[in-house]
Amino acid sequence: MQPLNTITSKTVVLPVENVDTDQIIPARFLKATSKVGLGSKLFADWRFDAEGKPKPDFILNRPEAAGATILVAGDNFGCGSSREHAPWSLTDYGFRAVISTSIADIFRNNSLKNGLIPVVVDPATHAKLLAAPGATVTISVEDKTVTLPDGSQVSFPIDPFARYCLLQGVDELEFLLSQDKEIAAFEARQSR
Amino acid sequence: MKPRTMFEKIWEAHLVRPATADTPAILYVDLHLVHEVTSPQAFTWLRERGLKVRRPERTVATMDHSTPTTPRGRDGKIPVLDSAAAAQIATLEKNCADFGIELHKLGSEGQGIVHVIGPEMGLTQPGEVIVCGDSHTSTHGAFGALAFGIGTSEVSHVLATQSLLQQPPKTLAVTVEGQLRPGVTAKDIILAVIARLGIGGGTGHVIEYRGSAIRALSMEERMTVCNMSIEAGARAGMIAPDETTFEYLKGRPRAPQGAAWDKAVAAWRQLPSDPGATFDREEKFDASTLEPMITYGTNPGMGMAISADIPAAANATAQKALSYMGLTGEKRLLGHKVDVVFIGSCTNSRLSDLRAAATVFKGRKVADGVRALIVPGSQRIKKAAEAEGLDRVFTEAGAEWREAGCSMCIAMNGDQLKPGQYAVSTSNRNFEGRQGAGGRTFLASPLTAAAAAVTGRVTDARDLI
Repeated sequence: MQPLNTITSKTVVLPVENVDTDQIIPARFLKATSKVGLGSKLFADWRFDAEGKPKPDFILNRPEAAGATILVAGDNFGCGSSREHAPWSLTDYGFRAVISTSIADIFRNNSLKNGLIPVVVDPATHAKLLAAPGATVTISVEDKTVTLPDGSQVSFPIDPFARYCLLQGVDELEFLLSQDKEIAAFEARQSR
Repeated sequence: MKPRTMFEKIWEAHLVRPATADTPAILYVDLHLVHEVTSPQAFTWLRERGLKVRRPERTVATMDHSTPTTPRGRDGKIPVLDSAAAAQIATLEKNCADFGIELHKLGSEGQGIVHVIGPEMGLTQPGEVIVCGDSHTSTHGAFGALAFGIGTSEVSHVLATQSLLQQPPKTLAVTVEGQLRPGVTAKDIILAVIARLGIGGGTGHVIEYRGSAIRALSMEERMTVCNMSIEAGARAGMIAPDETTFEYLKGRPRAPQGAAWDKAVAAWRQLPSDPGATFDREEKFDASTLEPMITYGTNPGMGMAISADIPAAANATAQKALSYMGLTGEKRLLGHKVDVVFIGSCTNSRLSDLRAAATVFKGRKVADGVRALIVPGSQRIKKAAEAEGLDRVFTEAGAEWREAGCSMCIAMNGDQLKPGQYAVSTSNRNFEGRQGAGGRTFLASPLTAAAAAVTGRVTDARDLI
């Protein structure tokens, strides 16, 4: 994983609450055995019609969304299925952060393991961001802050270890593997 | 000693290392269930790093999500026509063979939905930590286990280390007292709970379901309740083990036997939350006032009593949901046209669900223009249902009797709605397109689903039974 600290980007606003992972990537695209190329299926049923043509009204198909790496979405983003294909499709498409007032547990965990920063902000900040699509914001993992276009800053919660992993570009599996002795000791205790 | 909840007891008993200021807790996993859709990348990463599966004997695999449920051919095999699904199935077979993992493959007698076969074999036991790359892993909490869904990265962590990094969740007591009225089922309890909590209301929490109405449920009914905990955003749902639990488990092939059984039961009796244990939050329900429930929107929290009026849209998201469902301007669901009925999924595909549905189908016919699929949760359930003639009740009514799998709950296996179709489904999710692009889902109990099949309309099953 690449180290990730600061992201500055304009936002894409998807003002829908409870966006579930079936919307982020429909189940029929989960037959892949790798994670490559899933960005082309991101929000497939909102993005494309039955013939596969882009729906012009959907935000990701609009010219102003091009190049944005920060997604601002409604409350409870990423609920439902545990499919890690959801953050895989978002990152493959180019997103590096999702901002909402709450983010579902499994999706948040999966995101942190894939360099996608889950950012939970207060309702007032969220309302400002929803009202200003395309606003340029900066997210700092190091400082745990979001900086808005007016210069105001809000902090967001992030698990210290997940933050360390993002900043250093290391993955949790390395750490778990380094705990082999402790795991073996636990197994010995449990089998007694 | 401070009174502890069941969650705290299981959590503490599985700490390889408690959380520190800098690192999350390391939690040991007793049972890792694996299926074909969320595991291939994890095995690839193990190979890339030259890692082995740490405890293959604690890992059990099956295939359920992308497998077809079409009837067997003359050769007794279930044909897989979709080349991507066939590749995924072959990948799991190779991964299990290479890494020494027990696999219940398509067509074998032990195959079925991962959350159905674990309990069926007696693998799911009180006090265990159980994980699977599937959000409905919460099902296993019905036995007094801590069971939750994980992503594919975490699947690789458990394969390689039998452990996970975890932040402790909060606890939520959902207390359901009183007696259900006839025709009101476990599915109606959980749909009512989710309707009150909302789809994100349990986020960050593990639910413990308690109270006289929960204790009165059979194990299969308890699994239905715990299964849908994730639909309120909760990672896990659990129910204290009791005589009902022990009776279900006793004699199952993978349950402890002989002296080990007595020892295990003695330990399991220590698991229920201590008197005076505190939860971060509690929600109380009166079972005696519950009605058969049905969902009207595009998330499982959008549920209501079947005879109620459809709630007016309170915001743009709710408006979008009603519009997707084609219900803008509709007053009620009762009497609404239905195209497809799906009885199955890890929520409601067990023998008692099939028996309940059969009470409605018996002596009736599936309504003209309605397609009804009955999909048993496992090959063993299929066999048991056939032994008592349930398959004939369904087929004589004009319903389809299928092979075991996730089927139309996830619609990645050939079983799916056509755009615009309405389904009454016993599954767990009514998200846009969940049962097929453009399809529209009303979630309900097996009784309500069967009633819709024979009338072609959303119907209160109590009028038929």
